[in-house]
Amino acid sequence: MVDATVQQSQVALTDDGIPLKTKLARATRRQKLRALGLVLPLVLFVLITFVYPIGDMLIRGFYDPLVSEVLVRTGDVIDEWDGTDLPSEEVYEAFSLDLQEAAAARDHGKFALRLNFILPGTRSLIMSTGRKAKNLDPAEIDNYQAYLVDINDEWGEREVWAAIKRLTNPIQLDYYANAIDMRIDVDGSFVSQAEEQRIYLTLYWRTLWMSALVMGLCLLLAYPLSYWLSVLPLRLSNLLLIMVLLPFWTSLLVRTTAWISLLQEQGIINDVLVGIGLLDDDSRVRMIYNEAGTIIAMTHILLPFMVLPLFSVMRTIPPSYMRAARSLGANQVYAYVKIYMPLTLPGVAAGSLLVFILSIGYYITPALVGGQRGQLISNLIATHIQLTQNWSLAAALGAILLAGVLICYWMYNKLIGVDNLKLG
Amino acid sequence: MAEGAANGEIAVRFDGVQKSYDGEILVVKDLNLDIARGEFLTMLGPSGSGKTTCLMMLAGFEPATHGEIFLNDRPINNVPPHRREIGMVFQNYALFPHMTVAENLAFPLIVRKMNQTDVDAKVKRALEMVEMPAFGGRRPAQLSGGQQQRVAVARALVFEPELVLMDEPLGALDKQLREQMQYEIKHIHESLGVTVVYVTHDQSEALTMSNRIAVFNDGVIQQLSSPETLYELPDNSFVAQFIGENNKLEGVVESIDKDDTCTVKLDSGQVVKSLKINVNQKGDRTMLSLRPERVVIEPKKGEVPNILEGTIEELIYLGDHIRTRMTVAGHNDFIVKVPNTYGHKPLKEGSVSKIGWQTQDCRALDYYTGPIE
Repeated sequence: MVDATVQQSQVALTDDGIPLKTKLARATRRQKLRALGLVLPLVLFVLITFVYPIGDMLIRGFYDPLVSEVLVRTGDVIDEWDGTDLPSEEVYEAFSLDLQEAAAARDHGKFALRLNFILPGTRSLIMSTGRKAKNLDPAEIDNYQAYLVDINDEWGEREVWAAIKRLTNPIQLDYYANAIDMRIDVDGSFVSQAEEQRIYLTLYWRTLWMSALVMGLCLLLAYPLSYWLSVLPLRLSNLLLIMVLLPFWTSLLVRTTAWISLLQEQGIINDVLVGIGLLDDDSRVRMIYNEAGTIIAMTHILLPFMVLPLFSVMRTIPPSYMRAARSLGANQVYAYVKIYMPLTLPGVAAGSLLVFILSIGYYITPALVGGQRGQLISNLIATHIQLTQNWSLAAALGAILLAGVLICYWMYNKLIGVDNLKLG
Repeated sequence: MAEGAANGEIAVRFDGVQKSYDGEILVVKDLNLDIARGEFLTMLGPSGSGKTTCLMMLAGFEPATHGEIFLNDRPINNVPPHRREIGMVFQNYALFPHMTVAENLAFPLIVRKMNQTDVDAKVKRALEMVEMPAFGGRRPAQLSGGQQQRVAVARALVFEPELVLMDEPLGALDKQLREQMQYEIKHIHESLGVTVVYVTHDQSEALTMSNRIAVFNDGVIQQLSSPETLYELPDNSFVAQFIGENNKLEGVVESIDKDDTCTVKLDSGQVVKSLKINVNQKGDRTMLSLRPERVVIEPKKGEVPNILEGTIEELIYLGDHIRTRMTVAGHNDFIVKVPNTYGHKPLKEGSVSKIGWQTQDCRALDYYTGPIE
């Protein structure tokens, strides 16, 4: 008793007087190093190919040092300007010198573009001023404000300077504002985009409801199928499961193209409908290159992701639960709803989560069969990456999408618990 | 004619019931059985003998291929399981894992649209009956095997069915717990007076709990009687070998004698006398059944009419008795239980000893060589 308390109050030592902790660390060091060596290649791979590019992309969405690197002097002094009146002579001087340098290095074009983005019409102002400022000699000028206003009256307007002040800050939320159909005016407040320029929120909303619909359709189709598979003898159910998985081994492109030949206006389904007289030849149904095409093709492609978790959960539910419920007085329907369905919930949740998250980011299928009305947000992100080269806007759109997925995951965790997830 | 219940009203009647799953093999062949109200009847038999199928037909999960089952004189072949008002305890308890213990117990009551106050009172009473009043809020996964078992029993009884079916409910428990639960189920049966049909392949379980035992083999009830009768007066070779320990000697009937006895010539040549149970005439091949504790070792002169010689092969000291394996009449698995009484003759392995028995302790039964377990 006394011995034990004495030992507890002191540092535990081994027989040769080294603290037990040190000795333990030494004894397991080799093991830890080996474990680290085994995971290191993968960690590096993930860091280089996954974490770094995504992180870079995310930062690109709000960090834009282009202007602040060009307008170094201006950036230093313009912070002191409160933005109410015109800036001080100091700012005019710093800007003139910055512009001279930029014009000499031909950097002022990019900066002009950015400024024009915030305050339309300023591109020509910068370009024309830049042409003249190239030949600026500081010794000849005693008032830079007068010098600039002399070149162009607009240099006497507060708005231009407010826009420049905002651009000297490398953190730019403009892309995020654009991504939710808003823009930031020269003074930094959020305003709605003009009606005809609002496209992204509609697309987010469409992505959301179409993903939810695809998820719902998958669940509707997969639930009875999985139930049937789970009650079949093992040999038969394995065979049928392979048929469910068969599309996985076919190229996504092939599967999607198959839907085109089935669904298009001169396609098989329309031909059959016309052939049996259900449709007139001139009133063929448009089932592809719109929302319907995207939904049908995506439901087909994502169905296995719903079947697998459902099947694996259902197969582990012993029939005695249903029998017990029946013997306790519940009819078939009541027993199914109260006993069987709650037990399949982990599978339902896992499948739904998988399908929903996959379809939120779906790209190829909507691009091929979606037409104009069946495009999802990821198609627009791709457009900004490939065509318009507006990577910052693409990054902002992508980051918002990622946030949406994370919120879904968080809600799922709150409602069901990730521990209950059964993916098969 | 169904085999009569011991006494009282008939709760369940199987009338000429047959069952086949594949249309080729009869799993249950012509079952006729009456179960009296309040009786504890055990269906005992090796696996594949048809006992569980009978239970499933009674519960309504399997349709009878032929014949009719009556519950309180009402034919129930076309009554779905949830209208039969039969409580059932399953082999792996089948407690609903997503519900608490109390919700499990309330399930049959809520299905019957009972009001909440009554449900709570009944659940509480049921939990007290199985001595688990504080466990209502737990999930089945948080209970030990024995506790789950009790909850399963409570759930099968909470809606007060007149008939409760139990399908090997103690199979998953360890030996000690199993024996304890046997007594608890027996006491619950006695205090509630419900009719219990219990299926097991464990004969000691059957002997401990039952009023009557139906021994199944090959889809047929081999014998239906009280535990004592089953052990002491087996009707046929299968029952004699399946219930308890049995010595068998093979031979041919030489003559049928008076007082229901017969003379049998063993395959090894000796002639012995036995009760005539399941043999009909001279020349019938027979198996003699002899319980180990009824064999007398080194009998005094004139004490028993049948005496043979045997070689002692093995002695196992068990405290209260010495289990002695001998070779008798060509059988090397002849067991004798020698009581460890004062002054008993010391036995030696390898020595030859005389054994004997009373004629009424030896039963001449049919010649059965099929599987026992």
